[in-house]
Amino acid sequence: MSEGTASSRMPGAAKSALRRFLDSDMFYSFIGSPVTIVSAIVTLLLIGAALAAPLIAPHNPFDPASLSISDSLLPPVWSHDGVSDYLLGTDDQGRDVLSTIIYGMRISLSVGFASVVLAMAIGVPLGLIAGYFGGTADALIMRVADVQLTFPAILTALLIDGIARGIAGPQAYNDVVFPVLVISIGLSFWVQYARTVRGSVLVEANKEYVLAARLIGLRPVAILFRHILPNVLGPVLVIATINLALAVITEATLSFLGVGVPPTQPSLGTLIRIGNDYLFSGEWWITAFPGITLAVLVLAVNLLGDWLRDALNPKLR
Amino acid sequence: MLAFAIRRVLQALGVIVAVALISFAMFRFVGDPINQLVGQDTTPAQRAELRKDLGLDDPVVIQLGHFLVKAAHFDFGISYQFKRPVSQIMAERLPATLELSILSAIFALVVGVPMGVYTGLYPSRWLSRLFLSVSLVGVSLPTFLIGILLIFIFSVDLGWLPSFGRGDVVTVWGDWTTGLLTMSGLKSLILPTITLGLFQMTLIMRLVRGEMLEVLRTDYIKFARARGLTRRAINFGHALKSTLVPVITITGLQLGSIVAFSIITETVFQWPGMGLLFLQAVQQVDIPIMAAYLMLVAVIFTVVNFAVDMLYVVVDPRVRIRGAQA
Repeated sequence: MSEGTASSRMPGAAKSALRRFLDSDMFYSFIGSPVTIVSAIVTLLLIGAALAAPLIAPHNPFDPASLSISDSLLPPVWSHDGVSDYLLGTDDQGRDVLSTIIYGMRISLSVGFASVVLAMAIGVPLGLIAGYFGGTADALIMRVADVQLTFPAILTALLIDGIARGIAGPQAYNDVVFPVLVISIGLSFWVQYARTVRGSVLVEANKEYVLAARLIGLRPVAILFRHILPNVLGPVLVIATINLALAVITEATLSFLGVGVPPTQPSLGTLIRIGNDYLFSGEWWITAFPGITLAVLVLAVNLLGDWLRDALNPKLR
Repeated sequence: MLAFAIRRVLQALGVIVAVALISFAMFRFVGDPINQLVGQDTTPAQRAELRKDLGLDDPVVIQLGHFLVKAAHFDFGISYQFKRPVSQIMAERLPATLELSILSAIFALVVGVPMGVYTGLYPSRWLSRLFLSVSLVGVSLPTFLIGILLIFIFSVDLGWLPSFGRGDVVTVWGDWTTGLLTMSGLKSLILPTITLGLFQMTLIMRLVRGEMLEVLRTDYIKFARARGLTRRAINFGHALKSTLVPVITITGLQLGSIVAFSIITETVFQWPGMGLLFLQAVQQVDIPIMAAYLMLVAVIFTVVNFAVDMLYVVVDPRVRIRGAQA
């Protein structure tokens, strides 16, 4: 391993965490791939913009007092009728498109992150249990996973959304739309984690450190979470990255289909849906800019995920 | 072989029964079916009578039995929105979705396989690199965005193709209508077909490319070259043939997701198929249509999966041996 040789070349020198990181294989493969560096920068910029939305957005699109209907449907600044106050133009209610995109990305990303966390919180423990204990628990969990895998995620998410609508009723539904979205996306993605973790656990469970932990009488829960879990997290991280892109797409799709977040608090998908109605009358910018943002975000996260998969795969080193 | 087939049939039945249970739970526990069927001015006595007529007072197990018997005949009752039998509505919408889905699968195969072969044979040419970058972008663009982009270019900007609906359709037999026989029907099919098939196309292209790269390194291809066979015979007669097994599998399995993704494409293009119907049902909480769609999709998925499994046994002798042992 290159890490070992690097430290032996510098005897006695206490290496900082930063130094260790800079010497690692991960960092080496990161520096060697310009595409990855660009996508990492783009991803960080977009996430940073979403986090700092109230600080950097030129307008507050959700403050009705600042909106004026006479400013509605203005084109971007570089076209003939553009106004310098609204860089990317305005939508039908006079909201600044750039600001709605920044705020919309905030909503898209929070739903995306939350659903990935939920999917992990369900899938990882179930995979650990199925892999470690085997038997009936394993058979049951994997059967359910198989049945769910027959259906594409978007169908599962739509179905859960419809059921939640039926139980909550149309009025109360708008209050619970965010948790419902997170649950419907999270529940449709857990299978992948469970299957991957189960596979890794089957390999890890026979290794000597697990045997040793069992010999000194640790409880199964402690063995699973303290000893096995850290060793199976690599693939989980890769799936989580690629799933973030998928979750953002799924949320945007649901919102575009009109079963996601309401237009008063638009995500990127909702913005594209709103703009789609104006496409035929020539107001292309209301759809185009949120669409480009969504595509760039997803592409950057996907590229990062691809790199992470290759970098963590020992076969490719 | 027979044992393998029987095991597969049992598994498929298990999936369908599980989905039927979910459908039943939706009927029984989501909302009150009586409220959906009657008006505000119905008296409690009339409601109670209707409950009894519909068997809603029976024990849950008996209700489940009734439901399963009816579901087996594809009888899901009356749609809450349209007040018409669900099976009738579905029968009207099915042709539009099937036509679109099958055409998309054909499009994905006819374009994806040659692109995969080309990029596999000549990995370093600029055209191959172009295909690969385009496919990466294609995977990252959500389906609905591709649809909007195509509408903007070909309908709004160029005005060549219609942006919504099926155009003129011809009734072939019973409820079965087709847009394949009229000019406007064919024109209306182009954009939705590309939108729906693009993702599968990139998938098939990458798959064929990967398989080709692997096969071309094997000994029997080297031996074929040593025997002095023409490039054509080696590339298509030997290499491509052995890549087709996984391609068949993936295409078959993807047919299911094409049907599911048609929900999105049908919404973008206002295509009057089952997907649009299902989406409206979700928005209006029309449980009978949701349940019927779910069951229909489950049946389509399991039938396709089963057919692919069997095809695999026929094509690949290794599966036959493993299946017999299991």
